[in-house]
Amino acid sequence: MALDDATRQRITKEVTDNPVVLFMKGTPVFPMCGFSAASVQILSHLGVRFKGINVLEDPAVREGIKAYSDWPTIPQLYLKGEFVGGCDILKEMFTTGELSALLAEKGIELDPAA
Amino acid sequence: MRVANAIREKLTAALAPASLDVIDDSHKHAGHAGARPQGESHFTVRVVSAKFEGLNRVARQRLVYGALKDELETDIHALAIEAKTPAEAA
Repeated sequence: MALDDATRQRITKEVTDNPVVLFMKGTPVFPMCGFSAASVQILSHLGVRFKGINVLEDPAVREGIKAYSDWPTIPQLYLKGEFVGGCDILKEMFTTGELSALLAEKGIELDPAA
Repeated sequence: MRVANAIREKLTAALAPASLDVIDDSHKHAGHAGARPQGESHFTVRVVSAKFEGLNRVARQRLVYGALKDELETDIHALAIEAKTPAEAA
């Protein structure tokens, strides 16, 4: 799980520039993995605007994000630069309402149409 | 059963679980990327351990991931984790 400086900087820039980032397999429209699809569904259901980063298109990020987050699986959700967790954690936090609370606490704007 | 047994052994050693279910979901993913012809690629682990007390979700999963580091780098393609303390599971 190698993480070179250039990749570390790119990841830091992504999670700093974008309030909500999902590192995933595939894209929000075409997820390529059930766990990524479930994560997209939860975020979309809550009306969260997020940036999806397709790790399948970028081997450096695919391996790098695992070291960056100290988390060996994908998807991974970042809110305001902070690692939240993977699909299991998202599902649990969605079910208990903690995810909505965290989004509000972080001041993430939700899409009223959702 | 090789991978499932390894998961069971390593989690038992690392977490002294009060209860542990290792479920092989590989058949649900047959043919898709990451599924291995011999199976044993996709697992769900339900573990109850006192070692999770006082830890948030991320820290709990990291304990599980840490114990299964070798398997995650080789055999396991996907791992769903449910990590509870004995009090939460009761």
